[in-house]
Amino acid sequence: MTDLTQSNLTQKEVRERIESRLASRHRKEKIFRGFGIASIAFGILAVVVLFTDIISKGSSAFVQTDIELKVTYDPDTLGIDTVDDESLAWANFDAVIRNALRERFPDVSGRRDKRELYSLVSNGAGFELRERLQQNPELLGKTETLWFNADDDVDTYVKSLSKSEEGFLGRTSEQKAGWIKSLLATGELEKRFNTTFFTNGDSREPEQAGIRAALMGSLFTLLVTLALSFPIGVAAAIYLEEFAPKNRWTDLIEVNINNLAAVPSIVFGLLGLAIFINFFELPRSAPLVGGLVLTLMTLPTIIISSRAALKSVPPSIREAAMGMGASRMQVVLHHVLPLAMPGMLTGAIIGMAQALGETAPLLMIGMVAFIVDVPHGITDPSTVLPVQIFLWADSPERAFVERTSAAIMVLLAVLITMNTCAVWLRKKLERRW
Amino acid sequence: MTSMTLNAGAAVPAQDKTNSATDLPNKPATESTSVKTQEDIAETVGSPFCDEAKLRMRNVNVFYGEAQAIHDVSLDIGRNQVVAMIGPSGCGKSTFLRCLNRMNDTIEGCRVEGDLTLDGEAIYGPKVDVVPLRARVGMVFQKPNPFPKSIYDNVAYGPKIHGIASRRAELDEIVENSLRRAGLWDEVKDRLDKPGTGLSGGQQQRLCIARAIAVSPEVILMDEPCSALDPIATARIEELIHELRENYTIAIVTHSMQQAARVSQRTAYFHLGKLVEVNDTETVFTNPEHDLTEAYITGRFG
Repeated sequence: MTDLTQSNLTQKEVRERIESRLASRHRKEKIFRGFGIASIAFGILAVVVLFTDIISKGSSAFVQTDIELKVTYDPDTLGIDTVDDESLAWANFDAVIRNALRERFPDVSGRRDKRELYSLVSNGAGFELRERLQQNPELLGKTETLWFNADDDVDTYVKSLSKSEEGFLGRTSEQKAGWIKSLLATGELEKRFNTTFFTNGDSREPEQAGIRAALMGSLFTLLVTLALSFPIGVAAAIYLEEFAPKNRWTDLIEVNINNLAAVPSIVFGLLGLAIFINFFELPRSAPLVGGLVLTLMTLPTIIISSRAALKSVPPSIREAAMGMGASRMQVVLHHVLPLAMPGMLTGAIIGMAQALGETAPLLMIGMVAFIVDVPHGITDPSTVLPVQIFLWADSPERAFVERTSAAIMVLLAVLITMNTCAVWLRKKLERRW
Repeated sequence: MTSMTLNAGAAVPAQDKTNSATDLPNKPATESTSVKTQEDIAETVGSPFCDEAKLRMRNVNVFYGEAQAIHDVSLDIGRNQVVAMIGPSGCGKSTFLRCLNRMNDTIEGCRVEGDLTLDGEAIYGPKVDVVPLRARVGMVFQKPNPFPKSIYDNVAYGPKIHGIASRRAELDEIVENSLRRAGLWDEVKDRLDKPGTGLSGGQQQRLCIARAIAVSPEVILMDEPCSALDPIATARIEELIHELRENYTIAIVTHSMQQAARVSQRTAYFHLGKLVEVNDTETVFTNPEHDLTEAYITGRFG
């Protein structure tokens, strides 16, 4: 019947009809391409804006203003005779710092001025001195020149000086600014690489705050998540895809897995709180519980992507193996799994990246607590990078602004590293057929 | 249930004059003649049975869910015989072939009824393990499907999983012998560690045959093994089938009637899930008993 309608038209008429529509076809194609390019350009622009904003705000956090002081480990000032743990705990290291500052600025007098002077140095300086003396007991009674972290107000002021002539004073008085300028002139005040940021845990004092604790917390949490969700997810996907009969039950399971992927993550946090902490009485704020909760959250992602990867393995490979008399398990382990592995890994990494950036469910299980110590295991209380960012973004101190951005940079760096690993792994494992 | 006339005594001895059957009527249909395809194929004509049967199938019915793909087919495949199965697309010949090593088990909703025996043992028996069954009944597929592994590993896979070779040297020997018998050894002996997927289509198919014979099966099922190959590669495979017949029983599904004529001793013509005619190949192509067979081989439909 199509033959009939076609034969009613001459070849010329057919060609004319085609040509009359050509222009609009080309136009549509151009418009479509234009939209594509525009959306990609918009995406790139957004990324560039985001990155420049974060980097411009956060890069200054990787340097920290340090102050050079000549300290004397005077036994009288410290109030100790020997160096042992007990006496060190009581020793007055702050007095040593104060003496050093008074020595540097001998004409400062009056209670208020002195207090202002003392606030040049971070109040963590005393702890640094204690540690140093503990490790080098022979220093008792001697004098040495050391660099200490300056207070965050000093740091903020010094960093603002590079942007404008007068700088941002904030809480810094004119008098203090004068001291700072004189110290800068003599080179006793200097911006140095901020090691504290990478070695310390959180702190109320910005100059002492670091991301080490959050980074380790994230690492432990992710380890737990990966160790649980990847094997469970892959096993579930293999069972559902290769072994399970297709019936109403498996359909129901499939629908539910897809639904779980869309459940708000905070609900998983509540579930974790109710089950892991309240029922099983696992430790609060611990990467173990965080990992368990994130496992629940990432499992659907991993199962869905693993099933897609398994589906994409050509059935001819399965048939070939089965025709050779391979058992179903052998078919899966020898042939299907190696081919599906790159896809499964991609899914797992996407799930991990999602888990790394997750905040809400961890708030529910107490990982939002203010934790100073760097965790050493999966049961130590800890926090994670996104929660740390959230906490710092909430802090009033100006110096936390740059640290927030710096923490975001670290988080992004971890994410990019993970994605690079994923790409590399996929390239390495990918096989053609 | 079956209204078939069981004349098992009328077995036709395998004929070796297959080459004489190559010059067959193969003129393309000048115009589509409507053949009465729905005519009731009540019984299989010709001689579906033979004395020395390797595979014996009786009253086989296959269902995909509700749809019946095979209707009451009975057929014997003799020892060291090549049986070709021909017929238009969708006539069930592949389905029937896949019953013989239970590859249909993997298809959801596929149900096989009837008696199928290999050397008198039920293929669909309750205690039958498909793993040793498929080692005895090997299969070569329509599309060459080597594993994405090295040539060596492709051939060694079967012996490995079945634990046939105990030593490395033994395995090497099996691999070499299989590749030699598949006529591939000289072409690949210097690159056994290269991926099997890097070979040409014809070589890949011979690799698949080498892989299948590496476990020394008794029966080899071939599902249109040459449909994706060029005439030269096809000729090599056909030669190979000819040689393999000495040691193996072969069932081959093909769309090429010349091929069926060249390689097989007996030919079975399937139509709409029914077995229309089985005879020795020469008879089928020169003097078919059934009208449908004649219509098909003369190219009036299909």
